[in-house]
Amino acid sequence: MWIGAGLFALYVPGVTPLPRTGLLGGIELAIGIAIAVVALAPWRRSEGLEQADRWLAALPIGFVIWQYATNKTGLLPLPFFPAPESVLEVFTDDWAKLAESALASLVLLIPGYAIGAALGFSLGVAIGWSRAVHYWAHPILRFVGPLPATAWLPIAFFCFPSTRSASTFLIALASGFPVAVLTSSGVASVARAYYDIARNLGADPRFLVRKVAVPAALPSVFVGLFMGLGASFVVLVTAEMIGVKAGLGFYLQWAQGWAAYANIYAALIVMAFLFSGLIGLLFAVRDRVLAWQKGIVRW
Amino acid sequence: MVSATLDNETRPGLSVQISRVSHAYRTGAEPVDVIDNVTFGVDPGEFVALLGPSGCGKSTLLRLVAGLDQPSEGKVGTDMVRVTGPDPARLLVFQDPTLFPWRTVRQNIALGLEARGVAGDHRAATDEALALVGLEAFADALPHELSGGMAQRAALARVLINHPRLLLLDEPFGKLDALTRMTLQGELLRLWQQGGFTTMLVTHDVEEALLLAQRVIVFGPRPASVVFEAEVDLPYPRHRDDPGFIALRRDILIALGHGEEL
Repeated sequence: MWIGAGLFALYVPGVTPLPRTGLLGGIELAIGIAIAVVALAPWRRSEGLEQADRWLAALPIGFVIWQYATNKTGLLPLPFFPAPESVLEVFTDDWAKLAESALASLVLLIPGYAIGAALGFSLGVAIGWSRAVHYWAHPILRFVGPLPATAWLPIAFFCFPSTRSASTFLIALASGFPVAVLTSSGVASVARAYYDIARNLGADPRFLVRKVAVPAALPSVFVGLFMGLGASFVVLVTAEMIGVKAGLGFYLQWAQGWAAYANIYAALIVMAFLFSGLIGLLFAVRDRVLAWQKGIVRW
Repeated sequence: MVSATLDNETRPGLSVQISRVSHAYRTGAEPVDVIDNVTFGVDPGEFVALLGPSGCGKSTLLRLVAGLDQPSEGKVGTDMVRVTGPDPARLLVFQDPTLFPWRTVRQNIALGLEARGVAGDHRAATDEALALVGLEAFADALPHELSGGMAQRAALARVLINHPRLLLLDEPFGKLDALTRMTLQGELLRLWQQGGFTTMLVTHDVEEALLLAQRVIVFGPRPASVVFEAEVDLPYPRHRDDPGFIALRRDILIALGHGEEL
C-alpha cells in the first residue's frame, strides 16, 4: 500500500509541480519497504504491527486520496486545501519556527497548568474536608466556575502587567476549576469506614487528610487533572491567538494572515502531537500512581 | 506514644463497664432508638459474645466502646475510666475488612504504627503480625488480590500489631464462606488465648458465640436491651454435639424467640 502510494506521488503528474513531491514519495516508499522488511523478517513477529495492520493499510490510501483531490487533479480549492507535499514542505523549511512556537506554547502552558492544578487541588481538599470552607467556597465555585476562562480575557489583560502573566492566570483558572471540583467531591465521598479505622488506630486529623482522604480521592483528582488539561489547551491557544506574540496559537494566527494554509495544517499536526503527548504523559503518571486500582481506563 | 505501646504489650486485658447506656441516631426528623438502657460488665481477659438479631444495635454498642461515637445517655468505661474517644488500646474489627486499597498488605498492617507516629522501620513488627495470621507470603500483595478470608486476616493483623488490650469484633466472619469461617474462628481463639486481651464479639450466629465465648449476652430486637445471659462453662476446643453445648443453644434460641423451631 505504502509503496503504491509512493509511486502514485512520484509518477502521477500534478497540476503544478511541487518541490517536495519527491520527498513525500520517498518517505512513503521507505515506510512501505520498512513494513515489508519487518513483516517478512523471519527472526521476530511484531505484534504491534499486526494489531495496527488496518491503520497501516488505510493511511496510504488516505494519502493517495488527499493527493488526488488536491494537486493531482485540483478538485479542492486552493489555498484552503493544500497538497500533502506542501504541508511536508512546511516541516522541512519552517521546522525551526514551528519548534520554537511549540516550545513557547509549552513554556506558557506548563507554569499556568501547574499553578492551577496545585491551587485547585489544595482548594478541593479544603472544600471536601472542612464544612466551613465548603460553606463559603462551594457556592462561589459553583457560580463562577462554569464561566469559561476565556470570558475573563478582557479583565485579565488589564489587571495583569503583561499578556504573559494574564495568560498564565487564565490557564491556571481554567485548569484549577475542574481539579478543585473533582478533588472536593473525591474527598467528600471517601467512605466513612476508612476514617473510622484510621481514627480507631490513633490517627489525628492531619493523618486523616494526608493518608486517608487524599489517597482515596486520587482517582477523582486525576479525572479533574485530565479535564483541566483539556481546558488549559483551549485557553492557551486562544490567548496566543489574540494576545501573546509567540506559540503555536500565534503561529496559526500569523499563517492565517498570509493565507498560508499549509502552515496551518502543519501547526495543527504539531499541536495534536504536543497535546495528545501531554495527555498521554498525564495518563502514564496516573497509571503509575493508581496502579493499585483494578481495571482502570486506558488512554 | 511508644511507651503506650509497651504498656499494651505488658498489661492484661481491659475491663469494660457499660452502665445504663441508651443511644439514638438522629438521621431524619425523628431520632431512632437503637440501644435501650443496657448495663453489663466484662472482666479483664474475658471473651464475651453479644448475640442478637441483625440490626438490633449491638454494632452501635461496639462503636461506643471503641469511642467512635458517644452514647446519648449513660456511661461507657474501660478499667473504670470513661471512654471519650478512640484509643489504640481498644480496637475494632469490622465485618468488611476495609483494607486501604492503595496500600499493600504490609502497609495496611503498619497503619496503626504510622498513625501514632511510632518511629523507625516497621518491618520487624509487620513481619511478626503477618506471621501471626499466616499471611507472610502476601506481604506485598494489594488488597484486591486477596480472598475474603485473607483480607479479614490482614484486618486482624492490622489491629493485633498494636497490641490492643480490648478487641472489639463486629461480625468479623459474617461474609466468609463456612469453611473459611471455621478456620478463622479457630485462629481467633488461639490469638485470644495467646494475647491475653479482652474480647467482645458481636454476632448473630448462636453456634459461633457458643464455640468461642466464655459468656453470651443475648439482645432483643431494636432498640437493643439484654434479654438473656449465659455462662459457657465448657472446655476449649468445643464441639457442636456436646450435650452442654446443645442445651445452651436451646436456651439461647428460646430467648431469641425461636424456641418453636427446635
